[in-house]
Amino acid sequence: MTPAPIRDEPALVRGILIALAVLVIGLFILLPLVNVFAQAFSKGWEAYLAALVEPDALAAVRLTLLVTALSLTANTTMGLVMAWSLTKFEFRGKSLLITLIDLPFSVSPVVAGLVFVLLFGAQGYFGEWLIDNGWKIIFSWPGITLATIFVTFPFVARELIPLMQEQGTMEEEAAVTLGAGGWRVFSRVTLPNIKWALLYGVLLCNARAMGEFGAVSVVSGHVRGETNTIPLQVEILYNEYQFQASFAVASLLALLAIVTLLAKTLLEARLGRSGGRH
Amino acid sequence: MSFPFKPVAKAALFAAFVAALAAPIALAPAARAADVTLLNVSYDPTRELYAQFNKLFAARYKADTGKSVEIKTSHGGSGKQARSVIDGLDADVVTLALAYDIDAIADRGFLAQDWQKRLPDNASPYTSTIVFLVRKGNPKGIKDWDDLAKPGVQVITPNPKTSGGARWNYLAAWAYALKTYGSEEKAKEFVGELYRHVPVLDTGARGSTVTFTERGVGDVLLAWENEAFLSKKEFGDDRFDIVVPSLSILAEPPVAVVDKNVARKGTGEAAEAYLKLLYSKEGQKLAAENFYRPRDPDVAKDYEKVFPKVDLVTIDDPAFGGWRKAQQTHFADGGVFDQIYSN
Repeated sequence: MTPAPIRDEPALVRGILIALAVLVIGLFILLPLVNVFAQAFSKGWEAYLAALVEPDALAAVRLTLLVTALSLTANTTMGLVMAWSLTKFEFRGKSLLITLIDLPFSVSPVVAGLVFVLLFGAQGYFGEWLIDNGWKIIFSWPGITLATIFVTFPFVARELIPLMQEQGTMEEEAAVTLGAGGWRVFSRVTLPNIKWALLYGVLLCNARAMGEFGAVSVVSGHVRGETNTIPLQVEILYNEYQFQASFAVASLLALLAIVTLLAKTLLEARLGRSGGRH
Repeated sequence: MSFPFKPVAKAALFAAFVAALAAPIALAPAARAADVTLLNVSYDPTRELYAQFNKLFAARYKADTGKSVEIKTSHGGSGKQARSVIDGLDADVVTLALAYDIDAIADRGFLAQDWQKRLPDNASPYTSTIVFLVRKGNPKGIKDWDDLAKPGVQVITPNPKTSGGARWNYLAAWAYALKTYGSEEKAKEFVGELYRHVPVLDTGARGSTVTFTERGVGDVLLAWENEAFLSKKEFGDDRFDIVVPSLSILAEPPVAVVDKNVARKGTGEAAEAYLKLLYSKEGQKLAAENFYRPRDPDVAKDYEKVFPKVDLVTIDDPAFGGWRKAQQTHFADGGVFDQIYSN
């Protein structure tokens, strides 16, 4: 699988290029990450823990977990449905639909947030009705969840579609001819074929959902202890000159990044070894 | 019924899934204890003031009524905050940087048009002004407004479209130029030149302060007086100096109850009490401690050494003609700010 190393490159050029790559990664990626932890622990363990159990910080963690759990559930389900219908059926406008799935990636998150304000804000299309009926969408957790679902929508579908396209429908057709029903085909044939890619998509979706700033910032309203997610709480603390606390909360996101990276590497080994199949 | 994962992986996945769903519930707060919850939507630099004032109010309200109260706060650029309230952020009270932002909320029917007459002193329990924060020793020799437009000087100020403080900054510069150079043409030229010295426009006053103090960008920060004092307090006297210009503007940050929201939530009485306490001796003292100029003459006297004497123009000066007119002339789409900033 690994390509043969290029041997005719002079040793010097090779050395310089490798050194450059190491330097860039060290300077732009590793150093900031290390710095987050250095700042977080700059006043010792106790200050670090105190920053994390502070009520507003805890509330931010809680909200982030809630929003992420809801977004993952929604996007895993929708991603599966989208990928299934787009790869197992033929219909007009299919390629347009595949293109549209990527829309959340190409739209600025701020615009994504504003769309929800325009729809559900007090001056929006549904605003009056929502207020009259006591529903709170914008500036509350449902709005934050909607914005997060929007920006993380493509992750699962994008991982599944190319794989399922490549796999085609032969195995499913075989299963159907042998008398399997729809659910049985899905759970016994399709799901085993795509499970690692599915996990991979869920993983990326999770990382982005927890870390999303722009879209969430627009719909949050920034009410302390209520509508701030972890990234918003980091900004607030930073702006209140509580730099150590800000980095302590930020270190949670950094940890998440590290865990994601590890899990991603493991999954990639899995995907690579079985060639996306099992 | 089979499942496409091996048993161990299956168990692990199931556990992870349950944990993900259960975590928010497990971490959920105990049922809210407070009898009343108020939301104060405020502008950027009042974070420290209201953090302290909320505690004071909770104690007073409990003593007076026997009811517990929890006050939530949200801070950001004043214009942006007003926009959020208009879009449905459930504020019981708004404590913003300037009257126009509350006018904008009143225009959408959230509170009465005459809101500014319902509380004393133009509904502004404290005032402030605009000063310059420079690096220690004032290496660029900045003494007054015309020094800001000199070659090689970088000025930090937020975006007047979203920030209230930025609008006071802009109007103070305008008032100075009008007085010094004598015509609107010249004033426009001067303010235009000043903004060509601004490398970055943050959305709120606090963003600009962090840009100047923490990130070390720029030679001078146009700042709320309270924000300048706070920076010196946070970072130490040896980092920054405050320069008071020859002329500045009387900034009146107003407060109001948002009628429509408190009517729906039944919090009108607590919201009224909250704002009234700002005018009490205790409230005024707390404002002064946080470097806002108190209205109460007695408290003002106690703190007169803190606040430098400055020649102050007001927003009702004929040069501006009140906030509605100033907003229309300078900050509306296509207004003077757009003209000078796009050039």
